[in-house]
Amino acid sequence: MAVDAATVRKVARLARIAVPEEQLEPMAGEINGILQWIEQLGEVDTDGVEPMTSAVAQALPLREDLVTDGACVDKVVLNAPKTADGFFIVPKVVE
Amino acid sequence: MSDGKTIKGRTGDWEMVLGLEVHAQVASNSKLFSGAAVGFGAGPNEQVSLVDAAMPGMLPVLNRYCVEQAVRTGLGLKAKINLKSRFDRKNYFYPDLPQGYQISQFDQPIVGEGVVLVERADGSSFTVRIERLHLEQDAGKSIHDLDPNATYVDLNRSGTALMEIVSRPDMRTAEEAAAYVKKLRAILVTLGTCDGDMEKGNLRADVNVSVCRPGDYERFRETDDFSHLGTRCEIKNVNSYRFIQQAIEYEARRQIEILEDGGRIDQETRLFDPTKGETRSMRSKEDAHDYRYFPDPDLLPLVLDPAWVKEIEAGLPELPDAKKARLQSQYGLSAYDAGVLTADAALSAYFEAAAVGRNAKLVANWTTNDLAAKLAADGLEFDASPIPPANIAALVELIEKETISSKIAKQVFEHMWAGEGAPAAIVEKHGLVQVTDTGAIEAVVEKLIAANPGQAEAVKAKPQAIGWFVGQVMKEMAGKANPAAVNAILKAKLGVE
Amino acid sequence: MTALTSLTLKGALEGLKNKAFSAVELTTAHVAAVEAARPLNAFVLETPEKALEMAAASDAKIAAGNAGPLEGAPLGIKDLFCTQGVRATACSKILGDFKPPYESTVSANLFGDGAVMLGKLNMDEFAMGSSNETSAFGPVANPWKIKGGNQTLTPGGSSGGSAAAVAADLCLGATATDTGGSIRQPAAFTGTVGIKPTYGRCSRWGVVAFASSLDQAGPIAKTVEDAAILLTSMAGHDPKDSTSLDVETPDFASFVGKSVKGLRVGVPKEYRVDNMPAEIDALWEQGVAWLREAGCEIVEVSLPHTKYALPAYYIVAPAEASSNLARYDGMRYGLRAEGRNLTEIYENTRAQGFGAEVKRRILIGTYVLSAGYYDAYYLKALKVRRRIAEDFDRAWEQCDVLLTPTAPSAAFALGERTADPIAMYLNDVFTVTTNLAGLPSISVPAGLDAQGLPLGLQLIGRALDEGTVFAAASAIEKAAGFKARAERWW
Repeated sequence: MAVDAATVRKVARLARIAVPEEQLEPMAGEINGILQWIEQLGEVDTDGVEPMTSAVAQALPLREDLVTDGACVDKVVLNAPKTADGFFIVPKVVE
Repeated sequence: MSDGKTIKGRTGDWEMVLGLEVHAQVASNSKLFSGAAVGFGAGPNEQVSLVDAAMPGMLPVLNRYCVEQAVRTGLGLKAKINLKSRFDRKNYFYPDLPQGYQISQFDQPIVGEGVVLVERADGSSFTVRIERLHLEQDAGKSIHDLDPNATYVDLNRSGTALMEIVSRPDMRTAEEAAAYVKKLRAILVTLGTCDGDMEKGNLRADVNVSVCRPGDYERFRETDDFSHLGTRCEIKNVNSYRFIQQAIEYEARRQIEILEDGGRIDQETRLFDPTKGETRSMRSKEDAHDYRYFPDPDLLPLVLDPAWVKEIEAGLPELPDAKKARLQSQYGLSAYDAGVLTADAALSAYFEAAAVGRNAKLVANWTTNDLAAKLAADGLEFDASPIPPANIAALVELIEKETISSKIAKQVFEHMWAGEGAPAAIVEKHGLVQVTDTGAIEAVVEKLIAANPGQAEAVKAKPQAIGWFVGQVMKEMAGKANPAAVNAILKAKLGVE
Repeated sequence: MTALTSLTLKGALEGLKNKAFSAVELTTAHVAAVEAARPLNAFVLETPEKALEMAAASDAKIAAGNAGPLEGAPLGIKDLFCTQGVRATACSKILGDFKPPYESTVSANLFGDGAVMLGKLNMDEFAMGSSNETSAFGPVANPWKIKGGNQTLTPGGSSGGSAAAVAADLCLGATATDTGGSIRQPAAFTGTVGIKPTYGRCSRWGVVAFASSLDQAGPIAKTVEDAAILLTSMAGHDPKDSTSLDVETPDFASFVGKSVKGLRVGVPKEYRVDNMPAEIDALWEQGVAWLREAGCEIVEVSLPHTKYALPAYYIVAPAEASSNLARYDGMRYGLRAEGRNLTEIYENTRAQGFGAEVKRRILIGTYVLSAGYYDAYYLKALKVRRRIAEDFDRAWEQCDVLLTPTAPSAAFALGERTADPIAMYLNDVFTVTTNLAGLPSISVPAGLDAQGLPLGLQLIGRALDEGTVFAAASAIEKAAGFKARAERWW
């Protein structure tokens, strides 16, 4: 499963990270090196094994339907690059 | 085809196939994974916790009540409740999605397959199979028209709990799709799991539309093979019955035109523009989303206690289908009348309060015709009716006992609506008691026959002419005579059958 | 004044109680030490005014007889923890000048118990690294140097600043986090004690997330007892974190010095890797001997899937990170770059804001989760993860604690392993297993190598059995008698 420059371009777009053209090939090389190293996982027999998504053996806790949070606009927009009247101002989105 | 499914095209007949994904906002006080308030009308970002704003290090905690509402809804859809389900992240970038992912459920939803029975306008019905229901976060709102060069983002809605109800492609006309949404809404509102407010966007539909040739759909249903159907397009966020129908009509036509011109349908997401009545493509093709679903590592699997599910089931209110059946069997109402009553919870509650011990059909008529018209004109709901159910019941009782005629009852009703109180008192006050004293009627009849010998002769020749005499007697007696008695006495005195 | 900074946490708390000195005096000494140690670059933000304010408040509480368990103790806080009103950057440019309007649960616990904040500590960017060389604030210098040498060595990572600060006596302890070894490996490289507790023992609320199912907060300290005291304060159930365990926090210090007679110590044979440096192997043997002398029963065990832990980790961690770091987009906080449209602003912000290692891991993570590859990579890695956890389950039938080396080498020079990512990843070979399995594990300094650099030994325990881990660790600590300190060159 070799990754090429085109794949890196696609993945970078999915991840919203700009990668300059000239870096696509070297990045593909790095990623391929790592993926190749990871290939050895194929040696492990995992037939019928349940994937382990969590290291916690506990039921998912549930909370009561009470309003215990929010009403803190100032905190919410405190660090925003651009705000007005409590809104976040972001670049124009074209639908 | 008289079933309304066929669309006539240039090159032959077509049919449409429709599947809907309805997003229903859970009626809860706080959000799905945060303690911020849910609701309309707050100032920008006032109903936003640091979790909703996706600050660094913030974590989700699941709202028990939202889970309960999803289970309740699933039971209302006669669906399988999955005791084990899981939350997954759906990853994509958008300013109204602060985390850069939506917490949803991908391949282990909380509710599985179910079914909804839908009534058409003509009284016939059809079933829509439910594929699944899952819980997910709603996104915030992006406002594009406050500034020509920027978008304003309000995250109040971000993180609100949604139930996504996915149907199988079982609808075949725009009317059926709208009827389905209407029925779904009635179930949700009856259960109390969603307020069904489509104007506020608390209930909205994504409509999947494809077209095919006659026969293809049947082949699809037999084999479950989607290749028999056409490529579908998804029309997102349609929030009224009218728009749903308009969007479907337009989209089906659009697809048929393309296909008849020899083109191909591109699978895409579209938006409905209500001002133009058209759908347009929403995202460019190259931006095809790979959502990279994976189990949310901040949460653990959701495991439901079967005893809790049973408890929820035991507490379910009477659902529309059951209510309609009961109204028919308990009150002997027609399917039509039962349907009308079921459609409005306040109306049926009013009806049932008034119908105790009374002639149900009469109560139904007075409620759904006379009272309903008055309330509608004043913009009132049945639970705010100035005439209480007991008074309608009393009015019907007076009719049953023949104390007043139906015609006089109309007058009494007007007095009741004018705020004059209970019907018996009104009848008393205005002297509207029906005259059944045969002696009094006979006296009037004899007087009229004597004064109108020509008319009396005419009746002998043409029995229908008796109507003139009936009218005269009523006029003479200010409408208070018992019509049946009047007729009987007239016939006897005139010597006709 | 230098005497005050040489104290252990335990010693300092006793000194405060006995009124040998005040909290303000104690903090003043440490503030001076921090200032003098700027060549180490351990702190990315010093907060001396705040520290002295907190110390003064502590003195008042001590006087009133209301002292908390950590009253007046000056600590360093890894810059991955959100600290209210004090800049938190995760040592990345992308967070800009972010000042959290909230305090992480762990740091709130510490300050609630009376601790004093000296400042925020340097780390690998977003905790991704094993040498503190990916930090946007530059690398940290290990207080230790090779005997007779002058090269700057790495203190390890990602909690390099935390380990260096404790080793250089700049603070009485530090908070750190461990996702693949980021507490234990720096502790081993700097001759300090570091423990990663059971997954879920400490709350992750307010800690910038790297890999949610692996991240755990823990202390780095001068002694096993100090680490136990700090962990007791840091730990505790947090309803704001769904993965936080709803269990009582024991008084961990009570296990320090407890007899380990009869304890079964497992030695996993697969940890003897190819090209293992002889010195490390020898130290491991020495550790076995120490524990045997202390009355432990030594058992050879097998953890057959050990070698697959690293590759599994380098799928799971980047995958989770690629999603956790999506929120750094310039919209609501942090850096926002220029661009002609929304997509460009996203892409430029993240390209400029993230360093090379972070970018690399996000891309790998995005790739392994993407359509067509999910089953082959991510799902496969999660299945291997379960196999690794099962290995430990089986081992616990034969032993109560495991003894292994912490790292495959001593501290190396800055720049020595940055060329090949995999060479850097191999630093975590002995540590990632316990992150995948969620088990508590500690690194204890056990000796010096031939070049005079510290080496550590790792003890691994059953889930929620930090007690046994602390007991065994203190047995090693006692037997090793590691008294060496880094010679001050700054």
